[in-house]
Amino acid sequence: MSILVLADLHEGQLAGATAHVIAAAQQIGGDIDVLVAGEGVQAAAEAAAKLDGVSKVRVADNAVYAHQLAEPMGALLVELAGDYTHVLASASTTGKNVLPRLAALKDVSQLSDVIAVDSADTFKRPIYAGNAIATVKSDDVLKVITVRSTGFDAVGEGNSAPVEAVDVVVENSQSSFVKEELAASDRPELGGAKVVISGGRGMGNGENFKLLDGIADKLGAAIGASRAAVDAGFVPNDMQVGQTGKIVAPDLYIAVGISGAIQHLAGMKDSKVIVAINKDDEAPIFQVADYGLVGDLFEILPELESKL
Amino acid sequence: MKVLVAVKRVIDYNVKIRVKADHSDVDLTNVKMAMNPFCEIAVEEAVRLKEKGVATEVVAVTVGPKAAQEQLRTALALGADRAIHIETDERAESLAVAKLLAKVVEEEQPGLVVLGKQAIDTDNNQTGQMLAALTGLPQGTFASEVAVDGEKVHVTREIDGGLQTIALTLPAIVTTDLRLNEPRYAKLPDIMKAKKKPLDVKTPADYGVEVASKVSLLKVESPAERKGGVKVASVDELIDKLKNEAKVL
Ligand SMILES: Cc1cc2nc3c(=O)[nH]c(=O)nc-3n(C[C@H](O)[C@H](O)[C@H](O)COP(=O)(O)OP(=O)(O)OC[C@H]3O[C@@H](n4cnc5c(N)ncnc54)[C@H](O)[C@@H]3O)c2cc1C
Ligand SMILES: Nc1ncnc2c1ncn2[C@@H]1O[C@H](COP(=O)(O)O)[C@@H](O)[C@H]1O
Repeated sequence: MSILVLADLHEGQLAGATAHVIAAAQQIGGDIDVLVAGEGVQAAAEAAAKLDGVSKVRVADNAVYAHQLAEPMGALLVELAGDYTHVLASASTTGKNVLPRLAALKDVSQLSDVIAVDSADTFKRPIYAGNAIATVKSDDVLKVITVRSTGFDAVGEGNSAPVEAVDVVVENSQSSFVKEELAASDRPELGGAKVVISGGRGMGNGENFKLLDGIADKLGAAIGASRAAVDAGFVPNDMQVGQTGKIVAPDLYIAVGISGAIQHLAGMKDSKVIVAINKDDEAPIFQVADYGLVGDLFEILPELESKL
Repeated sequence: MKVLVAVKRVIDYNVKIRVKADHSDVDLTNVKMAMNPFCEIAVEEAVRLKEKGVATEVVAVTVGPKAAQEQLRTALALGADRAIHIETDERAESLAVAKLLAKVVEEEQPGLVVLGKQAIDTDNNQTGQMLAALTGLPQGTFASEVAVDGEKVHVTREIDGGLQTIALTLPAIVTTDLRLNEPRYAKLPDIMKAKKKPLDVKTPADYGVEVASKVSLLKVESPAERKGGVKVASVDELIDKLKNEAKVL
């Protein structure tokens, strides 16, 4: 078995998800190469070389891979995939954008959001918003897989794998980068945070999300949101937790003013401890919460902040 | 410009699913079915492009059993001009659907193809990307804004860190995210009119595409149930439980 892991980047730096994908690759077994593709990504490549389990890092550093646009990234993977039995990426918006292209061009299926490895060809993945878990077996010659980070503990960093350049350069005249508006935040990344506090429609408006800030500061938490809060414009889209947003599984998840629709639960129900704060004592969120506090969030949040 | 929209028949998003007792699959007997919510957004976007005079014709296509014609009729009621049903009772996975859609693209030569980003049954999130790869057309996935501008389309994408805007040469493939638009409801007169709009029925064999995939479904299980916990009476009690019982503070 030989596995290629496409590294996930965030603003040119190695994203935390990659260490989880490598853990999934270790369970499959075999040599694990990591592909770091982008522009100005030497630092990311060096960070990847430190991750345990990595045999070698391959770096494609070229302007054509800047922002990891789907067309050149797919073409690059097709060039490299011949050396491998498995190609893995994180189920991030980049992994989901690029990997299906590789699969289609190789005429194989893609397995999305894998949460467990049963063997080199059999995997578990959630379907129907996580309300069922499917075990699927792939007889394709090349397995193309996106990995859900929360399913695998990250590998450690004690390695110094060799780093080598990939000189494959592809053409791209079809798509071009225009701009990016990235939310700047000093808080931990939603996907990797130990504590997440999320607000829903009950927060009332964007200004009120400040009520979560002080608590998040004290707990070192990331801040998330329900779809309703994002749709209403309270907070940006990258904060959405759920079936079609981010999947989180922190040690502690605090849902504030969130009713607990199945699509929201799909993104957080694997958290270790769930706290729900809601004024409606029948809200479905209480069915999954370890600790429920019924009441008005506008009274509870300031009290919680001062007592923590 | 012609716009092609792909719609999928799926379980209604409000329905709580059940796993079959023999663990062979999810039980869909007598379950309410509907158009995949992301496909509703796709249809809406196509219809708005027509209303703005950017699109001249909207063609809806689905791959699925006979009953999937209901979702095509919904698309027609929402404003699509005609529909193509590629009928199969086999489980059509994303790759097979993408291959079939690629044939339809070849035949219809649309300027834009709009798909949902994800079907809420399989949660695959792949068909649009696969279609783009197979047709050699550029892709703008997870779109929250689509602006056609001459020979190009600008697509704003919902990515993990925020928003990204890219420019694609037309023809292009777009997949919809939740914030792209708010789909309208079909009005009764439009539902009546939709019954008379053209709907072509084809089979995968007509396009020379094999639907079977090399991925087999071995087992479907319910996830580990989470037990509801306790209600606490005060903030003090909550903090105490989190510190001393759950030990997460
Ligand atoms: C295709 C599709 C995909 C979706 N994907 C997602 C997803 O990824 N993530 C997601 O979250 N949703 C998703 N949804 C939406 C989901 O179905 C729900 O509509 C959404 O989660 C509701 O958000 P909410 O709980 O904030 O709002 P509501 O359901 O309106 O709940 C608000 C809650 O706040 C409480 N409240 C109000 N005021 C107060 C107060 N002062 N103090 C305390 N409590 C208060 C109310 O009692 C209520 O329970 C999706 C839906 C579809 C169709
Ligand atoms: N059987 C199908 N028929 C028509 N379109 C489909 C079908 N399956 C998937 N699609 C399209 O592809 C999108 C993404 O689906 P998926 O990649 O399966 O999650 C859907 O929102 C549809 O637009």
